[in-house]
Amino acid sequence: MSTTTPDQPRLSTFRAIARIYPYAKPAMPWIYAGMGAALAAGIVTLIIPIVLQGLVDGPLATGDPGQIWPAALIVLVLGVLEAVFIMLRRLFVLTPGTHIEARMRNGLYAQLQDLPVAFHDRWQSGQLLSRAVSDLNLIRRWLSFGFVLLIVNSITIVIGFVVLINWSLWLGLLFLVMSIPLWIYGYLFENKYSVIARRAQDQQGDLATAVEESVHGIRVLKAFGRGKHSLLKFADQAELLRGTEIEKAKAIAGIWFWLLLIPDVAFALCLLGGVALAANGELTVGELFAFFATATVLRFPIESIGFLLSMTFDARTATDRFFEVMDEINTITDPDEPATIAAPTGRLTFENVVFRYQDAAADTPGTLNGIDLTLEPGETMALVGITGSGKTTMTALTTRLYDVTEGRVLLDGVDIRDLTREELRRHIAMAFEDATLFSASVRDNVLLGRPELTESDTPEAAAEAERVLTEALEIAQADFVHSLPSGVDTTVGEEGLSLSGGQRQRLALARAVAANPAVLVLDDPLSALDVDTEALVEAALRRVLATTTGLIVAHRPSTVQMADRVALLQEGRITDVGTHSELLKRNEHYRYVLSSLEDEELAAAERVDRELKQAEEEGRRRDAIDRESRVIDNEGEVTR
Amino acid sequence: MSVTGVEGEERDDFSRAESKQIRARSLRLLGSLVRPLRWRIVGTMVVLVISIALQVAGPALIALGINTGLPALLDQNDWMPVALIVGAYVFTGIVGAALAAAFQVISARLSQAILLDLRKRVFLHTQRLSLEFHESYTSGRIIARQTSDLDSIRELLDSGLTQLVSGLLYMGFTAAALVILDPVSGIVLAVSLIPLLLLTRWFQVRSQTLFRQTRVASARLIVHFVETMTGIRAVKAFRKEPRNARQFAGHVEDYRDANARVIRLFGIFDPGLVLIGNVTVAAVLVVGAFRVVDGALLIGSLLAIVLYTRRFFDPAEEMAMFYNSYQSAAAALEKISGVLEEKPGVPDPTTPIDLWKARGTVHFDQVKFSYNEDAVVLPDLELTIPAGQTIALVGTTGAGKSTLAKLIARFYDPSEGAVTLDGVDLRKLHPKDLRRAIVMVTQEAYLFSGTVADNIALGNPEASREEIVAAAKAVGAHDFIESLPNGYETDVNKRGGRVSAGQRQLISFARAFLADPVVLILDEATASLDIPSERLVQLGLQTLLADRTAVIIAHRLSTVAIADRVLVMEHGRVVEDGTPAELIAGTGKFAQLHAAWRDSLV
Repeated sequence: MSTTTPDQPRLSTFRAIARIYPYAKPAMPWIYAGMGAALAAGIVTLIIPIVLQGLVDGPLATGDPGQIWPAALIVLVLGVLEAVFIMLRRLFVLTPGTHIEARMRNGLYAQLQDLPVAFHDRWQSGQLLSRAVSDLNLIRRWLSFGFVLLIVNSITIVIGFVVLINWSLWLGLLFLVMSIPLWIYGYLFENKYSVIARRAQDQQGDLATAVEESVHGIRVLKAFGRGKHSLLKFADQAELLRGTEIEKAKAIAGIWFWLLLIPDVAFALCLLGGVALAANGELTVGELFAFFATATVLRFPIESIGFLLSMTFDARTATDRFFEVMDEINTITDPDEPATIAAPTGRLTFENVVFRYQDAAADTPGTLNGIDLTLEPGETMALVGITGSGKTTMTALTTRLYDVTEGRVLLDGVDIRDLTREELRRHIAMAFEDATLFSASVRDNVLLGRPELTESDTPEAAAEAERVLTEALEIAQADFVHSLPSGVDTTVGEEGLSLSGGQRQRLALARAVAANPAVLVLDDPLSALDVDTEALVEAALRRVLATTTGLIVAHRPSTVQMADRVALLQEGRITDVGTHSELLKRNEHYRYVLSSLEDEELAAAERVDRELKQAEEEGRRRDAIDRESRVIDNEGEVTR
Repeated sequence: MSVTGVEGEERDDFSRAESKQIRARSLRLLGSLVRPLRWRIVGTMVVLVISIALQVAGPALIALGINTGLPALLDQNDWMPVALIVGAYVFTGIVGAALAAAFQVISARLSQAILLDLRKRVFLHTQRLSLEFHESYTSGRIIARQTSDLDSIRELLDSGLTQLVSGLLYMGFTAAALVILDPVSGIVLAVSLIPLLLLTRWFQVRSQTLFRQTRVASARLIVHFVETMTGIRAVKAFRKEPRNARQFAGHVEDYRDANARVIRLFGIFDPGLVLIGNVTVAAVLVVGAFRVVDGALLIGSLLAIVLYTRRFFDPAEEMAMFYNSYQSAAAALEKISGVLEEKPGVPDPTTPIDLWKARGTVHFDQVKFSYNEDAVVLPDLELTIPAGQTIALVGTTGAGKSTLAKLIARFYDPSEGAVTLDGVDLRKLHPKDLRRAIVMVTQEAYLFSGTVADNIALGNPEASREEIVAAAKAVGAHDFIESLPNGYETDVNKRGGRVSAGQRQLISFARAFLADPVVLILDEATASLDIPSERLVQLGLQTLLADRTAVIIAHRLSTVAIADRVLVMEHGRVVEDGTPAELIAGTGKFAQLHAAWRDSLV
């Protein structure tokens, strides 16, 4: 959950929900119109029993068939009107409601895209998704259905009781008193039910996770023969879910029992009272008739109050969850008066940069603890350090995915916080270790950093796009794309073809190259490639890096070879900068990080060499023996 | 043409015979799920029928009260009939409500029993299916079978089916009560069924396409949303925000539009039902009123007729929704039955051979392996790996190294020939013994949700904490585990959890170490490690592999140093075989590779 929002005093439900007013404002007239239509429909249905009463006490009692037609016609007209009003309510409210939902959804998405990476580190995409989809859905349904009906049904119930009491005070009161437990129970039920339903949902999520893991981890499960083990775990979880589902059914059974029982008992008692009153002459048969007709009409509005109230509280929770994201303050924003770099040369400077993750304790040393480093224009710098030394963090600072805690990062002498994010990210392009591809064609994924080429319709732009694409794919050795079903137009990503890690990495690299930036930042971009491909990519990358400033996180000596200089990152500081061979010579930690294996390998190679020599010697000896024995064979005792 | 298993799942142009075959298959599955529960189903139905009959009795009792109770009271001041009728009303109310409540619970028990059975079956079967199946069917689809498809079946069982059955019964009993009270009104109601059926049918057909559109639209929206949030770094780095906002707005609008269409459909269907109901009420009123005047119908009966007619249409809306849930559940069941029909490509032996104490001699006896006729991966492999020997497999991508390793782990079975362990064909070996003896560690080190300790313990669920720690120490994972927030108790799968790819590999090494197999296969298992960690692992490996049979696949030749023997593979054949020293000294492929690699180090 959000940790930065301070605890505010809890708003009342009304005030909390009222926060969606700005989004709902354009639709409010429609919502009021919908209420009017709903109320009209409710009143019409209440008039029908009055007409019936007139019919029963009038023509039916007096035996005058001539009056039947007009009465029936009125009932018919009222019936048609009810249908029309219901249709109007839906017509008025529902389409504007979907627009509110869409507006809120776009607003949420824009806010999420704007919020810094640090925010996304804290929030799982699933949590954000449920806000963007189900919560907003609920708010829409509440606005166009729950809210409207809550108000209209309340009014209808009041009017209905007035009508009932008008016919018979006692019967009306009896019915009213009987329906009160229904409201209370209905409300309590919804609260209880939503707890169980929530639990069922969570358990279902857990079960889905178990399924996902059993499928994604199938190799591990098979390799260790743990299929049974995971089945037992899964079965336990499924049993748990079943228990909750049955508990849910029991809760539903509880409310059903009362929802069915109370009206029936109320009707039975009203029948008793009604017949008694009619026998005393205090009530006409027509009134009794109309009473039951009205009571039948009122059944739905009465039963609905409980779940409408609970829906209101759910809508409140959904609203809170929505604003939890919307209230988040963005810490990485564009400056008010942005600077601009017309022709970037690509000098990248870290000046006493300190970075501490927001969830790190204040007294612990920062992930980066005073970085000073300058990359000259066109220079390629390799960044080397053990896992967890802060290499990836350092690359992320260059494009303000995170902002420095202290110190500053300069591009051509300009503090990157003085540039707009758009401009900064135009000058600096990145490739990440875990290569993210979007659901789009290979072409669009590679040309992601060149919207001016992909979104222009001129033939020059198209030709240029084609050229950039071809070149980038070539550099990244991504010729595999041509054997995909539709070549560079094949859709990849979530909705398209799934590619291997190495293939994804090569496309991500091509994407960074195609962006044609002043500075290229590559975070271990070749880790998933095999040795042969890696060598080819490195050779091609060298051409690009000859003219472009490059910051490359490297794990292997071969990657370091591409760099002009190497910076060694150790416990949050740059402890040494120099060429590969310089560092190899003078820096022990560097040797540990990068070449200790090499030493071992050299040692191993030496061992092999030694063995080889031994073998050779052995062979020579054996040869000698062979020779000698042959000599013996040939010359017999002579030489002895 | 015939379709078996998951074949043709994505098609929607089945021939008549194929559709029939698929339907028969899913009916068979349904039958096998329902059969053990048939008596409980009958009992549930009895409860439902009685409950609804009692619920429907209400208006008839009111009619009786007005028709006979009231006159008796008026004429003879006799309270008996009224009291009896009210008593009966209260009785039907209580029993009807109690039975309805009971039905909720027992029907839930039923559907949950069916679901649980189905869940377990699919899960177990999924685990049994070979890797080959999983690789071609993709994880997304097999997960969808077990989650969203099972959900649509649950939805059908939970609400759709009970609503349909109870709705039908309710309408049936109401109509029956009406006919008994007054056959003439029954005729009016029967006439009203015609527009009702037409309207419902129209709704079903329209809603089916519209619902599908909303599902498609929402799926697009969700995929786009999740891609943006999980790839937020790339989104920001490549300034995709404005383009994303435009695209997303398009998805939002499509979804809104699809939703609005569905809502509009209900906006016609719902008032349409009300209209039909109200017109029918007016009609029965006219038809009844004239007969009341004639004295052919009692006034109480007219009230009951009006009430019944009004109530008759109540379940119609919910029932109309049934068709949708039925459709998606039927489609889901068809797909699930397809998965269940798949035969495991690597079946467990019927009469397994036990191998309590394996020594670790692996033998490939004229093994041929191909995915299909065209793609022969291993043409003819004859190879013996003596117990205790460490082998390094070298060769380009696609040379068949991984296949060879997977055959030893029995992820695949050979197309021809046999792979044996200590002379026992792997296909006949007891799965338990096989998995105890042979363990494979792959490049993608998958961690399950749970703690670090849980994940290591997967190698041997009975291991004590000391053994787990010892295993972690042996592979050099102990230090980093200790530095995690909760040490061995740290939850690894809190997404965004700070366990790097290299650390995951270390954990999976510890897992393998704990399993203590006789034969260990490492398929690119050190690829994500940084050099210091790799060095540690290699140190650990030297002790770990000392008395075991091991097969190591690595791109980096440094690993080869610890091998007793190197096999160079090309196009599924072993082209060089010897000790590292012999091969380096030679002039073959390995000698070239080795030379190139050594150049790259400097």
